[in-house]
Amino acid sequence: MAGNVWVVAEHWKGTISEATYELLALGRNLADSLGVRLEAVLLGHGVRGLAASLGTADAVLYVDHPVLADATGQQASRALAALASARVPATILVPTTNVSWDLLGLLPGRLGVPFVNFCRDVEAIDGALQVSSLLYGGKMAVTVAAGPGPVVLAVLPGTRSPEAGRSAAVPAVEEVSVDLADDSGVRLLEYQEPEAGDVDITQQDVLVAVGRGIGNEANLEVAEDLAAALGGAVCGSRPVIDQGWLPLVRQVGKSGVTVKPRLYVAAGISGAPEHVEGMKDSEVIIAVNTDAGAPIFSVAHYGIVDDATDVLEALAEAVRKRKG
Amino acid sequence: MKILVLMKMVPDIVEELEVAGDGTSLDQEYLRFIVNERDDYALEQALLLKDRLQAAVTVVAPEAPEIDDVLHTALAKGADRVIRVSGIAATAGTRSTASALATTLPGIPGVLPADLVLSGCQAIDDLDGFVAPLLAGALDLPYLGLVSRITVDPGAGTAVVAKEYAGGVMGRFEVALPAFLGVQGCEKPPRYVPIAKVRAAIASGGIEVVAAVSGPATTPLEVTAMAKPEAAGHAEMLEGSVRDVADKLADILAARGLL
Repeated sequence: MAGNVWVVAEHWKGTISEATYELLALGRNLADSLGVRLEAVLLGHGVRGLAASLGTADAVLYVDHPVLADATGQQASRALAALASARVPATILVPTTNVSWDLLGLLPGRLGVPFVNFCRDVEAIDGALQVSSLLYGGKMAVTVAAGPGPVVLAVLPGTRSPEAGRSAAVPAVEEVSVDLADDSGVRLLEYQEPEAGDVDITQQDVLVAVGRGIGNEANLEVAEDLAAALGGAVCGSRPVIDQGWLPLVRQVGKSGVTVKPRLYVAAGISGAPEHVEGMKDSEVIIAVNTDAGAPIFSVAHYGIVDDATDVLEALAEAVRKRKG
Repeated sequence: MKILVLMKMVPDIVEELEVAGDGTSLDQEYLRFIVNERDDYALEQALLLKDRLQAAVTVVAPEAPEIDDVLHTALAKGADRVIRVSGIAATAGTRSTASALATTLPGIPGVLPADLVLSGCQAIDDLDGFVAPLLAGALDLPYLGLVSRITVDPGAGTAVVAKEYAGGVMGRFEVALPAFLGVQGCEKPPRYVPIAKVRAAIASGGIEVVAAVSGPATTPLEVTAMAKPEAAGHAEMLEGSVRDVADKLADILAARGLL
């Protein structure tokens, strides 16, 4: 008998993540075309109540264990591997988010099954899976044939609308016990919230985002000047945060925040999937990059192939002229 | 205290990438390789710990184009020992690489056990798995990824590390040593090293070469096609001088009520 489709029900600080609902929508399509059940796997301690919102699945497999309270990937991957070894699902869909990062990294090794990373879609063709993934920072698309047999898929955020994965239906919950020892060697001490006082970029109508392509820290001034002219704020992609040019709270994307401003100017940003997931729903996106093949141009509304600093400077001047 | 850093090379995506004639892989002819950026941060974390704790830092990397430059630079920055592992194909995939390293590392004198093993927590070509957690699992070491700060208490045999979540939130974890940490960032960017120091490292010929010992066989993924992504949409491209383009943009913003 073919195995079922599993979705890892990711939760953090007591809430099921949006990425989980996206995966439920994707998993629902996949399970239906394979003619199998869709099961959500909920790992935690005292979180049975979270299962109620997972009604898109036919059933929820719930593992409750004290060591899963602040699940590190160590314990969560052990629990999931034990469960999957016993039940042999066709596929396990895991969101590619920071919360699930260690789980998806450790699981394939523990389970000894294939793993496909950076997935943006998966289809069932004659009982096997055809997986579409993005490689090399979004610059290449690959198709991977997987299965039949268990495979772990790390799914990028944004593959489906989270709304399509929500349901008012009440799923059947099956509580499953798994033996886990408290010996992971990894213990959560606390969560540290970012320091208050900086600009909240999720609340801005206009964002000027800078990436590696602005060249050096001195050019941040040009971005600040355009942001001032437009009445917005400056944010950045990962490389700019890594360099210490902007604080982590100004980062858009995977380790940062998701923003939906009215205007997003992406300057010198290539458009890796980790960044795009955090800004793709902005109302108007303008991208400036010297590389005409940069993936950012496929999400932007307007594009300019040129030096980012030169364009920002000229745009600030043009904006000021309009505003008188 | 001993720290092992694992580094690898990845295609430089600033260069134009082309698909090879087989339609399923990158054309190697014009490919340029650079060090995986996260591995560079892992090295920096190791060197910062060395500065504070007098740790001995060993860097190991599978053979790949330009890898000697990276290893010489690591020596020049302050690594104590650098080792190139030959016989792991650069195109082997992450799973197979992790398997070979897990079998090879214990056989290299003085490398394991290490108090800390550090590596980048991801790379742009990690299609079939991430090296760090796969290797941590194979070496049976506790693992935590997305780490961007590490402090070590050698007396207690523990490290306190900060792991990135979202929106600037960090999780502080205590990790029992020995442990494997997948590095995402660092409190400062990788250090600069003058070219003269790199030249001195090259002159010293300090790279050790070790042949890989095959690990348990892994089944590679079956990639059936590779192509530049078909965009769901594409930006309307504005052309002309910088001044012309800026004027056009200002018109667009005004028309959309954004000025």
